[in-house]
Amino acid sequence: MTEQSLYNYCLRMGDNALILSYRLSEWCSNGPMLEEDLALTNFALDMIGRAQAILKYASELQGGVKTEDDLAYRRSEREYYNNLITELPNGDFAQTIVRQLFISAFEFYFFTELQKSNNATLLAIAVKTLKEVKYHLMHATDWVIRLGDGTTESHKRMQDAINYLWMFTGELFEMDLIDTTLIEKGIGVDLMLLQPKWHRHIQQVMYDATLQLPEEGFMQTGSRKGIHTEYLGHILSEMQYLQRTYPDAIW
Amino acid sequence: MTTDTQLELWEVFMQSKPGANYIHAGSVHASDKSMALQNARDTYSRRGEGTSIWVVPANAIVASNPDDNDLFFDPANDKVYRHPTFYVMPKDAKAI
Repeated sequence: MTEQSLYNYCLRMGDNALILSYRLSEWCSNGPMLEEDLALTNFALDMIGRAQAILKYASELQGGVKTEDDLAYRRSEREYYNNLITELPNGDFAQTIVRQLFISAFEFYFFTELQKSNNATLLAIAVKTLKEVKYHLMHATDWVIRLGDGTTESHKRMQDAINYLWMFTGELFEMDLIDTTLIEKGIGVDLMLLQPKWHRHIQQVMYDATLQLPEEGFMQTGSRKGIHTEYLGHILSEMQYLQRTYPDAIW
Repeated sequence: MTTDTQLELWEVFMQSKPGANYIHAGSVHASDKSMALQNARDTYSRRGEGTSIWVVPANAIVASNPDDNDLFFDPANDKVYRHPTFYVMPKDAKAI
């Protein structure tokens, strides 16, 4: 039970990193300026490294029958457990950077807590990841404040992005039997405890950026059960194309 | 001439290890100090090149004028006695 829960927990963490990495890499050559192009693709590289480490551990938990590459490139849509917010299209830069703020703030608190895990591998991944996430959070926060408290146009775009993305944030804190099993064993993180911290943090950034969080309302859900938006299928068809067309291709 | 939409120019200096000289790495565009530092980090320190970064607004740098090169630099060319190698070391002074 614990073993299977841990495996699924790793898929969740790994898929979150993998799919957001994919989205951010789409900014390559399309950034608003060269420096930001590099920043976003740097984030993508941080996340692909994290995905590899976590999926490799997931693979080991299952006796190494499937490698981390198999897990990344040969699962189908319903077998992915990334949060819906990671697979949403980049939209304009406002949407990308608000998404980054929401996710990086979550990851900041999540990996801070995961450093207390009694699982040595997850603990090591948390320590390494936290350094990267702190930078992502600083960078995203600066942009949100700069653009929120910027021009009429930038403020409007930021507020539109927040209004659109907000309904995808509830899912970050959803917990099921996998979570409770791992919390009991001292392995996993209690997401319920993170939510108020995350909310306060986001509120503060919104205040500094002269932006407003929407009223609490309907929240999207599904990824814990492998149910996704229409966008994940499109990502996978592109991301997995090579492995699907030329299995085991090497060069 | 088209308008420059690329924000202010900043010059980037990197220190490769503690105590080493800061060496000019290149330049970045940014609207403020913190953005300049982050852009410099993302542009020039992705492969472990440094342990410290300075960013300086390019317009704060005062440069010599190439037209002044003869009065600035030429007088140094014929003063060999300004180089330590000009002087012969005494044979017994080994530890200098």
